[in-house]
Parts: sequence; C-alpha cells; structure tokens
Amino acid sequence: MKKLVALVVVMSFMLVAGFAGTAEAYDVGLAISTLDNPFFVDLADGAEEAAEELGVNLTVVDAGDDAATQMSSVEDLVIQGMDLIAINPVDGDAIVPAIEEADMMGIPIITVDRGAATDVAVHIASDNVEGGRMAAEYMAEMLNNQGRVIELEGIPGTSAARERGEGFNEVMDEIEGIEIIARQPADFNRAQGMSVMEDLLEAHENIDAVFAHNDEMALGAIEAIDAAGLSDEIMVVGFDAVADALTAIEEGTLAATIAQQPKEMGRLAVEMAVQLLDGEEVDEFVPVPLELITQ
Amino acid sequence: MENAESKMNFKYILQFLGKFKAGIGLLALVIVMSFLSDRFLSLPNMLNIFRQVSIMGIMAVGMTMVILSQGIDLSVGSLLALSGAVTAGFMAGDGNMVLAILAGLAVGTGLGLFNGLMISKANLPDFIVTLAMMSIARGLVLVYTGGRPISGFDPAFRIIGGGRVGMVPIPVIIFAVILVIGYLVLNKTTFGRYIYAVGGNKQAARLAGINTDSIKIKVYAISGFLAAVSGIILTSRLNSAQPTAGVAYELDVIAMVVLGGTSLTGGKGSVGGTLIGALIIGVLNNSLNLLGVASFYQEVAKGLVILVAVLLDSLQHRD
Repeated sequence: MKKLVALVVVMSFMLVAGFAGTAEAYDVGLAISTLDNPFFVDLADGAEEAAEELGVNLTVVDAGDDAATQMSSVEDLVIQGMDLIAINPVDGDAIVPAIEEADMMGIPIITVDRGAATDVAVHIASDNVEGGRMAAEYMAEMLNNQGRVIELEGIPGTSAARERGEGFNEVMDEIEGIEIIARQPADFNRAQGMSVMEDLLEAHENIDAVFAHNDEMALGAIEAIDAAGLSDEIMVVGFDAVADALTAIEEGTLAATIAQQPKEMGRLAVEMAVQLLDGEEVDEFVPVPLELITQ
Repeated sequence: MENAESKMNFKYILQFLGKFKAGIGLLALVIVMSFLSDRFLSLPNMLNIFRQVSIMGIMAVGMTMVILSQGIDLSVGSLLALSGAVTAGFMAGDGNMVLAILAGLAVGTGLGLFNGLMISKANLPDFIVTLAMMSIARGLVLVYTGGRPISGFDPAFRIIGGGRVGMVPIPVIIFAVILVIGYLVLNKTTFGRYIYAVGGNKQAARLAGINTDSIKIKVYAISGFLAAVSGIILTSRLNSAQPTAGVAYELDVIAMVVLGGTSLTGGKGSVGGTLIGALIIGVLNNSLNLLGVASFYQEVAKGLVILVAVLLDSLQHRD
C-alpha cells in the first residue's frame, strides 16, 4: 500500500508535466546549461513560445550547469527518438561525446549561445560584430561625427573581444572626424577597466568618448572618469546590459549599452529546427540581433 | 478473532514487502515506465541507464562500506573532481596515460586515508571531517584547474568512459567488477565481517579485539579510491575534466545506499541493496527525462521518493 503511495506521487509528477504528443509534429529537445540564470530562462521561454506557435513538441532539459548531467540528459533525448536536439552547452569540449552519439543516430544538432568543439548543423548566437557597429553608430551620432575616442578591449583572443572590436572599428574607420586615440585591453574586468582608464586619462587630453567591450570595463572606466571630474565631458558606451549597467544608464553615468536578446535566441533555435527538418537550406551560423539601450 | 488474524496476515505481508521493498519499488517503477514510454524497455535505453548510474554506483559501493561502519563520507563528490582534474593535468602535461591515472587514484586514496586518520586517530566526527574535506578538495580543484576545464587528451583515454565491449559500455563493466569485489569483501572476508561489527556496536567490536581504527581508516581509503575511479571514468566520458564535476554527488550516492536498505545507524545493509538503490535513482532520472518532466519537478520527485523510502524503513523498524 505504502509503496503505491510513493508511486502515485511520482506518477502524478510525471503526468502533470506533459506527455502530450501527436504523431506528425516534430519532437525537438532543448538542453539548457542552467535554468538558475535569468538569461537562459528567457532563452527557454522564447523556445517554448515558438514551439507552441509552430506546433513542435519541445522537451526542455536542464543541466544545472553540470557537464555530466547535460551529457546524460542529451543521451536520454537521443534514446527518446528526438528529431533534432538543440544544445546550449555547459562546456564546449565536454559536450562533444554526446553530440557524436546523436550524430551516430542521425539526429541533427543545433548549438545555441555557446558553441561546441565539433561540427554541428547550425550555431545560433548573438551577432557581436553587429553589436559593435551599433555602438559605433550611436556614438558617432552623439558626437556629431567629431571626436577623440578610446576603445577598452576584452581579453585578447576571445571571440567576443575580437568581434565587438571588429564591428566598432569598421564603422569608425569610415568616419573622418573621429579618431581612435587609444586601444587598451582591460580583460572584461571592472577593476582593470578602472586602472587602465586612469592611465589613459593621464596620457591623453580632450577625450570625448569611451567604448568598452563589456559593461564591467565600462563601469570601471566610469569610476576613473568620475574621480578625475570629467563625467560631463566623456561619454561611455558598454556592452551586455548587465543589471549594474542598466542602473548606470538610468542614473545617466553610462550613455548606452548593447543588450543580447535571449528570448529571440530561443525562438530562432526552434524556427531553425523546423526549417532543417523540413529540408530547407539553413546557414551554418545564424546571428541573433542585438538591441541598443539608452536612457 | 478474525480481526486479529487479518492483522497478523497484514503484518506478514508488511514484513515481506519490507524485506524486498527496494526491489519491489524498482520493479514497480520499471513496470509503470514501460507502459508510459515505449522507448523505456528498449535494450539501448537499459544499457544507457546502467552506464549513467555506473559513475555514482561505483562511489556508492564505497559509501555502503562507510555507512555500514556507521560513518558518512561527504567528500566523495569533491574527491571525484580532484582525482579527475589531476589525471587530466598529468595527461595534458606529460602525456603518459598510465602515470596520470595512477596519480589520480593516489590523490583520491590518499585524501580518503587522511579522512580515516582524522576520524579514527584524532577521534573527530565523520560528518565534520568529510565536510571539511569536501571543501578542501573542491578548493584544490579550483586552484589546480584555475577554474577552467582541462581537455585535449590522448584519444585512447576516451575508451575508459566511452568504449564498449560488444554492446556493453566499459563503465558498466567496471561497475560490475567493483560490485562483485565489494560483495566478496563484505561477505567472504574477515575485514568485511569486521566492518559490520564496527558499525553494529563499536564498543563491543573493540572489546572483542577488533582494531576498529584500522577498519575505519581502510574503509575511508576505499571510499576515496572509488571516488577517484569514478572521477577518471567521468573525465574520460566528458573528454575533459570539469572543475565543477561531482558537485552534490555525495547526496545522490548516499541516497542510493539508503534506498538500497542500508541503515544509516550502521551494521545493517548490503552491496546488493545498493545496486538496486542505484538503479532506482537511475531509472527515476532517466524516466523523468524520457517523459519530458520539467527539471524543477524532477528534483522534487527525487526528494519525495527518498523521503518515502526512509519513512517506510523507519515505520518497519518501529513495528
């Protein structure tokens, strides 16, 4: 009897959460790195909304940021006979054996936000190059195409630093009145951003604007600029739209930041899945548009 | 009269159910699942479940011995991560796979031994010593790896976690071998009988001339060694050592042992029970995934199953 009680409890949980399936709809699995982070919760929400619109049976599994858990749950999705699995990897190397297993069963893989160290059908991630361009265009407009600008770079060699810088400089190179007077790495770090900015304030005069490859460095730079009493003269633009940065924009110390759109990312994952399964041509890299946030 | 008789029958049934409750629970779970998902009983999925439980199952064999001796080892998850990281680090640096594996095993066994020494010789509580080790070893993992995963090994290393003999995954074979050895040690050796004796009544065991310190030290060293074995298999399966590997594994491992009917007060239980406990956790995880149960509910369901199992156990012992 008591055994039965235990079973009923488990079963009711199983039944509550789904098990609705029609024969024709596509079965798509989505393995999320962690649902403890609002960014990825938004991503999953976006995917679920799109799945509902497009009539896809979406199964979401959460790895709690553990690579081993993610591997097991992807294996379970493979066994379950998913038509396609979208993965937001905990770790790009550790997920490779699971992807190879899916590959052997002929199940296509889409990676979302973070890539994997192997070939997949489609990779969906934010378009950092476009984000760099958006930051530059906003800055140029605010400066009336005239000014002396400093670029605080991220950790050298990372894709985010490379791509954000590429987009930013692409636009700025075209504008004659704007001069990039210094480019310094500050490693995506707030304390580094502050000390690098302090040095640059000593070395240069008449600085009009600073573009930082992420908000942390931008917030550090703001501290240095504030301490030098130059807050009214130098505009700062960041990237990522972290909570502190949004507060700084409200307070008017940060001019703008570029926000990723995790919901859009999740929606695109499901849309691309359907296109792939319908046999349509899909690009290997699908960029997710970004959003400029100002006061 | 009639009432008393039916009460008697009911009690017998309860006792019977009690004796085999873990097995019955597992069987019931399997039967229900086979109706709910047509994929569940397939051979690939069965092998999949066995492979998924083998890493924690290996640690659960060590934990069974620890708990039988009336101890608890909270450090196994961290020892798994540290052993895996050391193996990975040696391999990435020097490249000698055998040496790297031996280094990993030595680290796990050594720190397990240290646990045992502190518990027996310094007479500190098991719970506190292994809790401290959980933190120390996790810290050392982060120091050693710099917080970043280590990858890029000899392709041959992947065989340990990813290879198969025929259809059977190699981790499952290692788990089976360790289960058999664990069974033989506990049932056919003096050391095994002493583990039960120490856990049943430490004072009496000591008076009977058993070196209880030595038993404790060995048991914790075995637990550390098996955590290292699991760590190496996991590193191989993921083809990388993760600094966050094994976080909270100790809880699932203890749950496997307790679900298998081993008493947390020591002296009562078996490795066979632990196998069933491991399979219950494995089937539960797998079936909740197969049914597409949202991950948050999975945690709740798993916790409830453990709670109900322990509740049944305590009711049975109260009778």
